[in-house]
Amino acid sequence: MSRPALWGWIVVAVGLSALTIPWFLWGDATLVAGIPLWLWWHVGWMGLASLVFWLFARRFWGIGIESNGNSRDDSPGSASRADTGGERR
Amino acid sequence: MTVAIQLGIIVGYLLLALAIGLVAYRLTDRTAEDFYLASRTVGTIVLLFTTFATLLSAFTFFAGPNVAYQQGPEWVLVMGLMDGIIFAILWYVIGYKQWLLGRQYEYVTLGEMLGDRFASRRLRGLVAGISLLWLFPYVMLQQVGAGTALQALTEGAVPYAVGAGLITAFMILYVVVAGFRGIAWTDTLQGAFMLVTTWIALVWVLAAVGGPGAASSALEAEAAHHLALGSDFYTVQWMLSTAITIGFGVAMFPQVNQRFFAAGSKTVLKRSFALWPILCVLLFVPSFLLGAWARGLDVAIPEGENVLPVILAEFTPVWFAALVIAGAMAAMMSSSDSMLLSGSSYFTRDLYRPSVEADLSERREDLLARVGVVGFATAAFLGSLLQPATLFELGDAAFSGFAQLALPVMVALYWRKTTRAGITAGILVSQTFYLSSLFTTVVPSAYAGWTAGLVGMGLGLVVTVGVSLLTTPAPDERRAIYFDGLEAD
Repeated sequence: MSRPALWGWIVVAVGLSALTIPWFLWGDATLVAGIPLWLWWHVGWMGLASLVFWLFARRFWGIGIESNGNSRDDSPGSASRADTGGERR
Repeated sequence: MTVAIQLGIIVGYLLLALAIGLVAYRLTDRTAEDFYLASRTVGTIVLLFTTFATLLSAFTFFAGPNVAYQQGPEWVLVMGLMDGIIFAILWYVIGYKQWLLGRQYEYVTLGEMLGDRFASRRLRGLVAGISLLWLFPYVMLQQVGAGTALQALTEGAVPYAVGAGLITAFMILYVVVAGFRGIAWTDTLQGAFMLVTTWIALVWVLAAVGGPGAASSALEAEAAHHLALGSDFYTVQWMLSTAITIGFGVAMFPQVNQRFFAAGSKTVLKRSFALWPILCVLLFVPSFLLGAWARGLDVAIPEGENVLPVILAEFTPVWFAALVIAGAMAAMMSSSDSMLLSGSSYFTRDLYRPSVEADLSERREDLLARVGVVGFATAAFLGSLLQPATLFELGDAAFSGFAQLALPVMVALYWRKTTRAGITAGILVSQTFYLSSLFTTVVPSAYAGWTAGLVGMGLGLVVTVGVSLLTTPAPDERRAIYFDGLEAD
């Protein structure tokens, strides 16, 4: 579980970085509500990034770093329950 | 009258900050770890905003909108990528690992962490020395910014040298008294204040010019190519080079890197991580859009002046413009006071203590740390009177300089086979390369559109890995400490 998940998250990290700037709108000057479309994309993308980071922090935090990460990752449910314990404090 | 209102707001703000600092002082233990890191007890909101306010200096308020004014609003994207995404990922990859190591082995500085792993006082001193080399001009830059802003705001009533001097004196007083805890608290105030005033400023200006549609039409009439993504200035190579080097550089900036050690718990780190991109975009969009739209607003920007203050003076009441400038000064100070504190910790812990006075009592180290702050700030102020280059060039050079450290450090954190010779060579070669590209003509500063900073990072990576493969680790290196037994709580 741990290794594919680690590689999966590396791909997600690169993907998030790669499309923060909407390269596919290069040269485009379309305005939506007075603001360039490419800026709307960026704002939405940053919101998505926060959501992805939140998900990562909840379920996969420690992957690739903590030496007990493997045993933890076998039961992500219990790990996330432990975290919400922290939230309630 | 106008000048009096403006100065009143700034002085009032400084007094408020000082009051917060005094409260923090009363809570402080007289130990170096408390002075530098508030004994690793920082909570989510404070950690989030102290990192935010530390990261965003005069750059966001003055240089950033200036770039957007000259070249177009794409600067939002570059900053969003570098700070909102790349830095956030590094906050986990470098920062979380540093936090775990720091708790386990009581590290306070990056040099300490590396010196312990590679059993090398020389490496520790090298990392501290290089960091101070880049940090010093950057602190100076903040003072130049403060002096210029005060002079512009008061229309010359407070001359540049006096303004920069007053801000320096205040910062010394503040840092020496308040330490990390006080700085983090005022950062929280400053960060929230910046965010709110920037949005009010945007709404105010837009209300005056008739909304975003009207502002964009005006910009299109003045400079049509600014609204299309990309230009001769914003090339793919330049945008990526800038975002990557500054993003990695930020993580190695002493005042930011040291914050990696300061979180109170894992939950604090997780929450800060998830909120980070949204916080960045919330500040960058209004700040740089104001700068970009200013181009179409038919307001003359005098040569050498910053765009944002001129626009505010034109479209908003005096007291509000003064509030925003006070916010910008606050941003500068919150960056500078953190830099002074970190600079002083690098000096006393990594250079002074290992080579001059090894067995230092906690009280004496605490005292030395405060003396270090005074020395560093005074020297940087003297430098700011000479004003060697423009804000942007200086800032950019410092970020790329720090970026050269990032990859050798990451290799050491994640690859057991890294050797002392490998990381030392990687750091030395990339620094020499980048410095040569700045100050000599032997090393070019661009490679098919990619910057020397980015090329130097690649060079540092290759040399660190290559030399590590070719050499064997010294017998006293502690190869396992970055890997075994690392867990939270």
